[in-house]
Amino acid sequence: MENTQAIEAQHVGEDTEGRDPIVKSLMRVFWILLAVTVFEIALAFLHYFTHFPPRALLNAVFIVLTIVKAFYIIGEFMHLRHELKTLIWTFLIPLSLLVWAIIAFLWDGNSWQQMRDHERRVIEPTTQWQKAAEVNH
Amino acid sequence: MSNSVTATATATTPVDTTTHTRGWWRGGVSPFNVSYGKLMMWIFLLSDTFTFCALLVSYGSTRFSEPYWPDPNHVFDKFFFLEGDLPLVSVSLMTFILIVSSVTMVLAVHAGHKMRRKETAKWMVFTIIGGLLFLGCQAFEWADLIMEKGVTTAHNMLGPIVNGHPTPGPGTFGAFFFLITGFHGCHVFSGVVLNVVILINILKGTYDKRGHYEMVEKVGLYWHFVDLVWVYVFTCFYLL
Repeated sequence: MENTQAIEAQHVGEDTEGRDPIVKSLMRVFWILLAVTVFEIALAFLHYFTHFPPRALLNAVFIVLTIVKAFYIIGEFMHLRHELKTLIWTFLIPLSLLVWAIIAFLWDGNSWQQMRDHERRVIEPTTQWQKAAEVNH
Repeated sequence: MSNSVTATATATTPVDTTTHTRGWWRGGVSPFNVSYGKLMMWIFLLSDTFTFCALLVSYGSTRFSEPYWPDPNHVFDKFFFLEGDLPLVSVSLMTFILIVSSVTMVLAVHAGHKMRRKETAKWMVFTIIGGLLFLGCQAFEWADLIMEKGVTTAHNMLGPIVNGHPTPGPGTFGAFFFLITGFHGCHVFSGVVLNVVILINILKGTYDKRGHYEMVEKVGLYWHFVDLVWVYVFTCFYLL
């Protein structure tokens, strides 16, 4: 809302080149996005060469930084932060379903792995042993 | 078409100063205060978010269910024609290109607000170039995976190294990688096409005649969304 007024004010009063406050704030967002990305890549390289940040911690950091980047892209570039609250919530509330989806399906995948693991370590050797016993009979 | 345009133009100009006196639920107030086209673009992007999330979540689910998953640092280790141990370099460049093109797009939208035809066109051209560079990088990456590493949607040799020999990795790796990055690349491609259409219209002066550059804004929303999806694809495929 304030932004549109600012734009109109500039439009009327023909701003001096290179001193546009909106362009300045957009460039600030660009530098933030770039810095976060460079930081992520630096962390990935650090892990690659030294194995220093443990994988779980590293992944948590990556996920948090990804959400930070998403916030700036949606909020500033797509301008959602400056829209009416009704619009913001109309699009954010459905997204909360995804929180459930991510937790549920990753949980599911994990339990599949445990089932396969169980099968490999317990069930398969047992059936092989039973088959061997039957043959011997 | 022209009817709807004038309708939205008049609908957006009187900013709802009466909100405080009349309240949200008494009617006569635009609940979203955006034009029809922009609202529909947002709704489309919301549905597209769910599509991409379904793909990424199924990828995550499958990855969790596999006992072994190829290390991205060893899969994507090539930078164009340079051989060998260069993990993340090429994909970092792709991320940089897309962020920059997102910025040029937002500058185009801003120039459009100020009704500056040439400036808007200039930033749109930069955005289109960014999109094409991104697609070129992706083509290189796919070519490396398909031709050099022999990854298909069903088979790959990215499994654990046993006695110095590569073994078959999870077959779904290629399927998910090509499906998700391909679907994203398809979005980038259609974004470039849309940007070109908008650029032609800018150069023809269509939006000057119409009195506003809102089409740039709508296609800008789409372009930023493509950038946003890449942020997630980048994290899910190359960092985690």
